[in-house]
Amino acid sequence: MSEAENIRKARRSEAWRDELRKAISVKDRMQIVRGKMAEEAPDVRNKSNIEVNKGFTKEQALVEAKRCIDCPTPTCITGCPVEISIPDFVKQIELGNFIDAAQVIKETSSLAAVCGRVCPQERQCEKECFYTIKKQGEPVAIGNLERFVADYERENGKQTVPPIKKNGMKVAVVGSGPAGLSFAGDMAMRGYEVSVFEALHEIGGVLKYGIPEFRLPNNVIDHEINYLKMLGINFETNVIVGKTLTIDELQELGYKAVFVGSGAGLPKFMNIPGENMVGIFSANEYLTRINLMGAGREGYDTPILKGKNIAIIGGGNTAMDAVRTAKRQGAERAMIVYRRSLEEMPARLEEIHHAKEEGIEFMCLTNPVSYIGDEKGKVKEMIVQKMELGEPDASGRRAFKAVANSEYTIPVDLVIVSVGVSPNPIIQQSVKGLKISKWGTIEVDENTMESNVSMLYAGGDIVRGGATVILAMGDGKKAAKAMDEKLSAK
Amino acid sequence: MNKIIDKIQFSENVFQLTIEAPRIAKNRKAGHFVIVKVGDKGERIPLTIVDSDLEKGTIDLIIQRIGVSSRKLVNLNVGEYVDDIVGPLGHATHIENFGTVLAAGGGVGLAPMLPILKALKLAGNRIITVLAARSKNLIILEQQIRDASTEVLIMTNDGTYGDKGLVTDGCEKIIKQEKIDLALTIGPAIMMKAVTDVTRKYSLPTIASLNTIMVDGTGMCGACRVSVGGETKFVCVDGPEFDALKVDFDEMLSRLGAYKEIETEANNNCKVE
Repeated sequence: MSEAENIRKARRSEAWRDELRKAISVKDRMQIVRGKMAEEAPDVRNKSNIEVNKGFTKEQALVEAKRCIDCPTPTCITGCPVEISIPDFVKQIELGNFIDAAQVIKETSSLAAVCGRVCPQERQCEKECFYTIKKQGEPVAIGNLERFVADYERENGKQTVPPIKKNGMKVAVVGSGPAGLSFAGDMAMRGYEVSVFEALHEIGGVLKYGIPEFRLPNNVIDHEINYLKMLGINFETNVIVGKTLTIDELQELGYKAVFVGSGAGLPKFMNIPGENMVGIFSANEYLTRINLMGAGREGYDTPILKGKNIAIIGGGNTAMDAVRTAKRQGAERAMIVYRRSLEEMPARLEEIHHAKEEGIEFMCLTNPVSYIGDEKGKVKEMIVQKMELGEPDASGRRAFKAVANSEYTIPVDLVIVSVGVSPNPIIQQSVKGLKISKWGTIEVDENTMESNVSMLYAGGDIVRGGATVILAMGDGKKAAKAMDEKLSAK
Repeated sequence: MNKIIDKIQFSENVFQLTIEAPRIAKNRKAGHFVIVKVGDKGERIPLTIVDSDLEKGTIDLIIQRIGVSSRKLVNLNVGEYVDDIVGPLGHATHIENFGTVLAAGGGVGLAPMLPILKALKLAGNRIITVLAARSKNLIILEQQIRDASTEVLIMTNDGTYGDKGLVTDGCEKIIKQEKIDLALTIGPAIMMKAVTDVTRKYSLPTIASLNTIMVDGTGMCGACRVSVGGETKFVCVDGPEFDALKVDFDEMLSRLGAYKEIETEANNNCKVE
């Protein structure tokens, strides 16, 4: 049994937990209906940056926590990439000890308020909840509870740091997105002197440039970054490792090891005629201009093009962020154009649901084939064709093919291409001998996250090629554990 | 935060800033650029590194006052700070002894050309530079360009200095006189397009250094994409230099004009202040 499991077992056997379990029968707990967060009204929020989800109230959180039956072998934890001790924090909530609940999460996750908002819990912890697997019922709203305690702590508690025994060893982190932040937090807790180097002028990576404020407000991210600063982590913006500082220079500066979490940099395009016309953006560019650079907001210098008809190509979470942003930028018609059907759409159900409420049009089984521009070279029309689904492919998703003679034209002012990203090539270009996959991702040992170059670790999208915040965080955690073991053995 | 150490005005709208950036100074090579941002709400703009001083840990940037962001930058004075500078970005210029190089530059494009000429000269190339401007008062860096070239031909549209004519006239004159092994062009896109039309006629291998719109400068956004030989390339990570004979300059020109209307409005707003 792992150390973490032993701790969990010991905690579950504490007298108060036992009493709490007995206070309400399992049968009664199961009668309670899953709570739902209040939401900003669709026709209000689609014109502003107000956060859509309001979060649980204290009362809702207390009730929801009672639904958890405190299983002897909690399966929910197995669904969490960073293995948060879920029942331990939920039972603290049931008792009303919200700050203690936050502390439990902090043992494993340095970004609770972020994960509570953007994790696909329905595919992770909540998918493995007792209610889901045994009762085909609605799982405990673990994500909402996580968000509640993190928000409660931010609004009511003082940020305090646990005592840390420094070991005097320096490690460097490339990129301040979720992988880098999670790695940095874990290494700081283990006593390392951690420096995080960020290429952009702001800390947070995709959390800042990619995810819009209506889903993840910047003050929430900044609060969590502030906590990492309190742990003693040093952040440096405007440093591109591989360009501004080389890996060799990092070694000369005394860094014993490097973790690369530089993300999936390069946006993919479809390579169809007219795709480089004015008015056609990658989702990365559109979102970066608006989220990171403040384009369209009073006083900000970065420009953004506006349009009545905005089409977003793709069906992932980034596509949902882009289309909902386009609506908020004043589009009358903001559309998702997706080649498969709604069922295959990779975006979270919650995002699709929110987008629909906000008046987003979904054009599924539709794929662009070319763009037509005006005399100045700005896109004005998009030619699309209808698609039909075939048998499932190797990945389990159904294949698709074009329906013959099904082309038609849609008027568009702007098009945002959101069909995926490929890894940023800068580190790969600058480290000799580093093993790279045919997709351009860094190859690592999946147990340690170490690359073939000794003491060079990597995680997140630079390894996965495009995944989620929490998987990136899980990688950072795994790398921290393995790197610590290797460095402390020396 | 990077401190401004020196500031020189070359012409009405062209300035050189010497800025503290020791790490960039150490790792930059000819052809590299930086992204600069002034103020919390500023825009990120790419600028070529013209020169650096390893000892002082500084880099030189040449800026043409043309829009809101460049105005904010040149309004900064010695002792003040630029909020954000990141680099060196892009691929360094491939330098070797090609033989005789024809370099055609115009306007503020002479700034990014200078470090490349210096490196090419050091590698043993014979360099003939056609230095073009609308009028004499718009010619910058003349002495530095002369020092870095073997020969210089100055062209002005109005004939106020050097030969009267366009950059292309100067190029044709040189090409007819000499065997050219490589042509290099840096300047406004419309000029590079015209120069490339001439060198194509003579089947000269030609390199252009492109100056597209960028946001992050690290490959993340794709704002800088151009078609090169029918393939989409990102100027920031694949360039900034490309085989000019394969660049779709018309597409590039249209993309450069994407925010023209918005920028004109912003400039007008500034003038009112």
